[in-house]
Amino acid sequence: MTPLLSVSNIQKTYGHRIGCTGVNFDLYPGEVMGIVGESGSGKSTLLNCLAGHLEPDQGEVLFDTRAEGLRDTMTMSEPERRMLARTDWAFVHQNARDGLRMGVSAGGNVGERLMAVGARHYGNIREQAIDWLGRVEITEDRVDDRPSDFSGGMQQRLQIARNLVTGPRLVFMDEPTGGLDVSVQARLLDLLRGLVREMGLSAIIVTHDLAVVRLLADRLMVMKSGHLVESGLTDQVLDDPQHTYTQLLVSSVLQV
Amino acid sequence: MSDYNFAYLDEQTKRMIRRAILKGVAIPGYQVPFASREMPMPYGWGTGGVQVTAACLTPDDTLKVIDQGADDTTNAVSIRKFFENTAQVDVTECTQEASVIQTRHRIPEEPLTEDQILVYQVPIPEPLRFLEPRETETRKMHALEEYGLMHVKLYEDIARHGHIATSYAYPVKVEDRYVMDPSPIPKFDNPRLESAAIQLFGAGREQRIYAVPPYTKVVSLDFEDHPFEQMKAEQDCDLCGAGHTYLDEVIVNDQGGRMFVCSDTNYCATRCDAGHRGRLSPEEDAA
Repeated sequence: MTPLLSVSNIQKTYGHRIGCTGVNFDLYPGEVMGIVGESGSGKSTLLNCLAGHLEPDQGEVLFDTRAEGLRDTMTMSEPERRMLARTDWAFVHQNARDGLRMGVSAGGNVGERLMAVGARHYGNIREQAIDWLGRVEITEDRVDDRPSDFSGGMQQRLQIARNLVTGPRLVFMDEPTGGLDVSVQARLLDLLRGLVREMGLSAIIVTHDLAVVRLLADRLMVMKSGHLVESGLTDQVLDDPQHTYTQLLVSSVLQV
Repeated sequence: MSDYNFAYLDEQTKRMIRRAILKGVAIPGYQVPFASREMPMPYGWGTGGVQVTAACLTPDDTLKVIDQGADDTTNAVSIRKFFENTAQVDVTECTQEASVIQTRHRIPEEPLTEDQILVYQVPIPEPLRFLEPRETETRKMHALEEYGLMHVKLYEDIARHGHIATSYAYPVKVEDRYVMDPSPIPKFDNPRLESAAIQLFGAGREQRIYAVPPYTKVVSLDFEDHPFEQMKAEQDCDLCGAGHTYLDEVIVNDQGGRMFVCSDTNYCATRCDAGHRGRLSPEEDAA
């Protein structure tokens, strides 16, 4: 089976400081990969390298494109990479403001990706936008409201709808539940889990919240100081951590 | 005798502007950066248009300047005087007689010919500006032909007003390639951008020049189910009775009185002289 994303030997340094180094993994279709670690461990650097927002110093990221099979996204031309970023890929930012156009209505935000790939029929665009808002539990009467009128949880759900409307195959998520209170987090996670299973999405989720990966991720990678220290099935890593740092991480979770 | 070089700008500057114009003509709709000069008028008064006009003028040219279609408004009068003083060219108010026409926010009603140059004053040349504030990003979007965002603006219009409410500076696609801001002309004028005359756009503060060569394909953006519509007031001109021209609404008293007149004053006057009458035309002389 061809992996959807094949990452080998990614390294990114900031001057003489290491961002992340020596990362290798394959992601298969329908699989959700979690990346956990403390602040400054290189999770976000790694995610940004994979999504093409940062250029890694070395290594390759192969993506299974629809037309030509495995292609290195680093050596791809920029138009191709940007095309990929608005069709087959999606990126959910931690802060919804980074991923939304705050001056444009919810419907316009969802419709933008459709229009970017050539949709030119207003009625169809709007219908799809309303359909997707419904799927993320935003009612139809909010379709013409701006995201600035939405609560934090709604903004995050809107961002997810905007990203998934073109039916991407790979979703990058950078702390999708960060900054939300726990009850809203729970609903969002429930929603995400439903969507990921229903659409057969592959996803890479960066988070420092072990509960999030326990719920969503099939596999888990633990990072520390830019290095991958442990990886495996989520339940296996969390229930039987081998590396001292992972043990520390698992034991630091507050029990209520 | 004037102490200025012909048409105010020095010859090297005019060469530089002509190079930018030639590049603009070669790539229709593409915004060519140029080293805009300080002009003896404030930004927003047509510094870009004036520089383009100065670079195009020859001593044999006849110049016409209009502002919102009118020959006799402050902006038009002062720019016309400026070139009378610095270039000693002939000036006219008659569209057919002019070889160079500088305009602010209108295309003359009279169809233009291959012997004419139409120069637009442009405040903001970037059609994507209010949607995407980063210049680096908009340039990239033009380069890669990523114009989905332009339709987001039209989508927002329909979502809010039920129809495409943008009525001026309506975005167009030139030669199936570049999306262009036609300067704030009313969208009534959009179909008339496909013209026999060469059309040059100058933005002084933003330092951009772009062009639409004669007979170039210019398509107004729209949706399949909300096609582009030309728009004008549903009246006839109250002075010349024309039903096919773009009209200005003029408030005439504080009891709700109003009249509609052609925004192109020269066209209206010509029609009046030819005997056309409107609703508010003065009574015919008994003689």
